[in-house]
Amino acid sequence: MSEAATPAALETRGLCKNFGALTVANSIDFRLARGARHALIGPNGAGKTSFVNLVTGVLHPNDGRILLDGADVTPLSQAQRVKRGIVRTFQITTLFRGLSVLENVTLAVSERLGSGGDIHRPAGSRRHIIDEAYGLLERLGLHDEALRPVKELAYGRQRLVEIAVALGLSPKVLLLDEPAAGVPSSESGTIVDTIERLPAEIALLIIEHDMDLVFRLARRITVLVAGQILVEGAPPEIAADARVRQVYLGERAHA
Amino acid sequence: MAAVAEHIVASAAETFARRHRFRWYEALPWLVALAAYFAFPDYLALGSQIIATVLFALSVDLVLGYAGIITLGQAAFFGTGAYAAGLLAAHGMGAPVIGLFVAAAVAALVGLISGIVVLRTHGLTQLMMTLMVAVMLHEAANKANTVTGGADGLQGMEVSPVFGVFHFDLYGNTAYFYCLVVLFICWFLMRRIVHSPFGRSLTGIRETEARMHAIGSPVFRRRLVAYTISAAMAGVSGALVAQTTQFVATDALGFERSGNVLIMLLLGGIGRLYGAFIGVPLYMIAQDRFAAIDPVYWYFWIGLLLVLMVMFARGGVLGIIDRVGALLRRRR
Repeated sequence: MSEAATPAALETRGLCKNFGALTVANSIDFRLARGARHALIGPNGAGKTSFVNLVTGVLHPNDGRILLDGADVTPLSQAQRVKRGIVRTFQITTLFRGLSVLENVTLAVSERLGSGGDIHRPAGSRRHIIDEAYGLLERLGLHDEALRPVKELAYGRQRLVEIAVALGLSPKVLLLDEPAAGVPSSESGTIVDTIERLPAEIALLIIEHDMDLVFRLARRITVLVAGQILVEGAPPEIAADARVRQVYLGERAHA
Repeated sequence: MAAVAEHIVASAAETFARRHRFRWYEALPWLVALAAYFAFPDYLALGSQIIATVLFALSVDLVLGYAGIITLGQAAFFGTGAYAAGLLAAHGMGAPVIGLFVAAAVAALVGLISGIVVLRTHGLTQLMMTLMVAVMLHEAANKANTVTGGADGLQGMEVSPVFGVFHFDLYGNTAYFYCLVVLFICWFLMRRIVHSPFGRSLTGIRETEARMHAIGSPVFRRRLVAYTISAAMAGVSGALVAQTTQFVATDALGFERSGNVLIMLLLGGIGRLYGAFIGVPLYMIAQDRFAAIDPVYWYFWIGLLLVLMVMFARGGVLGIIDRVGALLRRRR
């Protein structure tokens, strides 16, 4: 493993962010390897979603740098980072609820190909975009619901559309913010299967509360507590770590 | 099996790809407009005003219904266009079509500049900002009464025949068709815009702005473009009214105009492209009829109509049609 020689898919160096007295990121040094299946866990308020917001450019850090494939993307806007391949999904489903499933994905594909601002020809005449979006829906088993408005779908299906929209952007780094949040356990299996089948070249960072899901998907785990990395390692190491048990699992026990 | 699957693929994507095709009912507004010309020859002046106001409502629909920008100041652009066309005609440049282009350009410029400021804000602040732009222009027009004539109106507009051929006659025949043709062209362009990827991205911004950012869309720029186009359309509408009535006063920039057009759009249905074609005639004809029947209390009847619409017909007339359509389909 010559991890240090090739640049990581995503790296943060000394990432700091505070809102007044509240520190949500305290000098975070983090590496996401190419093709990683990496989970970020931590108790509520640990700064997991803030970390996603910093990496994707929703928030701007007070200090530190964010590197994609070794290139500094810290000054870039959210939209520019998406174009470079940093893509996220949302903990709370954030879709175009009144629009059809196919349209949700079409909008993403259209933006990726740079024709999202095109005013001349109708969207419907761009068959390559529609066909690509439809192909994605087929891969995720959503094609039967292609023309239904997202808001009419069961929540578990909406979580899949979250992933489909992200895939429409051809991500290099995909941050999945609690992909199974709010989904009944009977339906979460489909979501885990979908994540397992994602292309190997996408570096995945999964932010998750559900330990079963984390241990099933992740080959590496980082534990975040109070805006700082507590420990990082392979799943068995994390499961055995006394500090993690105390901070994270302990908190869960009386939650 | 494979053949069946392929058939389903074709149909879902096909249906989606066909959304922008013309449908039979899209011809209705134009047929009605032509029928109205022959049926009500004494009401052509009102007809022209309705047609020009439909265009104004369309411009509001683009920003409010599609881009989700809440505006209470659309009269800023209507008035700008009206004054641009009016001042041209009062200074010996009365060619109406040139007036329209100049009005569109000036209004677009005002839209672009004010949009850069207004669109950086959100929600109630944005609403107040749009209102403020209109109020400022209204005051400016008032102060510059040597140029604009203030509340008394601009004097001495002389509008030439359209293309040097069609004189604006006393009965309003030319004005009616002039307005109708301009509305048709603008409607056609607007229809192209809302069905284009740009238009769909506006709908995306209205639905969920956060996700548009997350799929890499330059949200601010998209909104600014929409705002500018909408301002140009409102400007053309103002120019039409100025040219066909040969008159502009400061009320062209007034709050009442911005407010009324919102009510008309609500009546018809917002974000639907055809809401303007239903709401505006409904409101303006009702206003005309109520004023004739009950000259003192006509505003009361308008108010009653609105209360009933809001209580029983959310989504306006088009909303009602949707629900009836859904009921009929379920019956079948």
